[in-house]
Amino acid sequence: MIYLDNAATSFYRPPGVERAVVEALRTLGNSGRGAHEPTLGASRLIYGAREQLARLFHAPDASRIAFTCNATEALNTALLGLFSPGDHIITTVSEHNSVLRPLYEMEGRGIAVTHLAVDEAGRLLYDKLEESRTEHTRAVVVTHASNLTGNVTDLGRVSEFAGKYGLLLIVDAAQTAGVLPIDVEKYNIDVLCFTGHKGLMGPQGTGGLYVRPGLSVRPLKTGGSGSHSYDRHHPSVMPEALEAGTLNGHGIAGLSAALSFIEEAGVTELHEKALGLARRFAEGAGNIRGVRLYGDYAAAERAAIVTLNIGGEDSAAVCDWLWEHYGICVRGGAHCAPLLHRALKTGTQGAVRFSFSCYNTKEEVEVALRAVRKLSE
Amino acid sequence: MREKREYILLTFQTTSEAMAMERYCGKREIPGRLIPVPGEVSAGCGLAWRIPAEEFPVYETAIRDSGILPENRVRLRL
Repeated sequence: MIYLDNAATSFYRPPGVERAVVEALRTLGNSGRGAHEPTLGASRLIYGAREQLARLFHAPDASRIAFTCNATEALNTALLGLFSPGDHIITTVSEHNSVLRPLYEMEGRGIAVTHLAVDEAGRLLYDKLEESRTEHTRAVVVTHASNLTGNVTDLGRVSEFAGKYGLLLIVDAAQTAGVLPIDVEKYNIDVLCFTGHKGLMGPQGTGGLYVRPGLSVRPLKTGGSGSHSYDRHHPSVMPEALEAGTLNGHGIAGLSAALSFIEEAGVTELHEKALGLARRFAEGAGNIRGVRLYGDYAAAERAAIVTLNIGGEDSAAVCDWLWEHYGICVRGGAHCAPLLHRALKTGTQGAVRFSFSCYNTKEEVEVALRAVRKLSE
Repeated sequence: MREKREYILLTFQTTSEAMAMERYCGKREIPGRLIPVPGEVSAGCGLAWRIPAEEFPVYETAIRDSGILPENRVRLRL
């Protein structure tokens, strides 16, 4: 099997991840629920993971990292917890449904949304940010990298725009946490949402959000916090403010092990390897007759994603053929990015996404190219 | 009947703050440990850093320098 679906979820993980999950299953109690050794063990481990994430994102304080079960929950928390009827939000057509759907819902409750358009290579039209703004605009919500094209957003430019008008900057880092360097202070990011199971290579069921000090987000869920039990209200202090119920301590143990691996190996070093493989594949595939690539491959900074179509072949059929004949795992269809597919005119055909990790090899790239070549004949 | 001893308890609003205090004190060899907050103390996160009362003055400044602001500080016989 050749696994090239890392933008969906990591498959090969650092060896310490599995060990950490098993160890956690054997030893951890419930974090924040008492002071015997198993529960303190869970609390220590989770606090350590917060510290690791704070270091990774250059967050000023580990308590500003709250855990969720995935990026979707983190984005829902931020979007549903920060805005009120009458507000206007600027987002982009490159967003995943984890941003689009909460915003559609919010539109039904009196919040206005403008979607920044893209060009034919899926690049955001930053020049249109100014004209997208209204007197009611409160925030820019943007993906750090498109899960469809791999194009990376110019956060410096968006941050400058947000700063100029005092807008909140909410970043979806589902495709970039653990993949690209992220500095929340440098870009004045107010909320950063991430998942633990893609670039961070931890277990599924992990994720979270960073919330800038001083910013208060209404919780998506309230309930057990292990503290202030006689208070009718959920605690308002981070991170407990955004964490209700038992945390996924076993998953976070695996995530912490993955973070240790990433800290030691280096985000940039791991990404350079994955991106090198993606570029090699894109170069080869781009030269095959009948293959059309989607995205900006001239950009210096990209996620390790190569998305293509072969003639008019349905993307799902291509995926199935690649799996059946070559054991290659890739993702076809719409990738939960309906607006970008429409913009790229791939709404019906979908597209075939190859996404690479540091664990892939040049040999696997060659097999994938051979397969695409064969299918194009 | 067990012999009771006087302690200073520092309580916290969040488990994260309690964890940060434990980490801070551990690194600096400040005596004490985390315990469940006794019922008679207005509870924050449910955890308190317990340090023998007679040793507290020695480490008070170091604890304050942590920047971790306890929700409450109480003297108790436990």
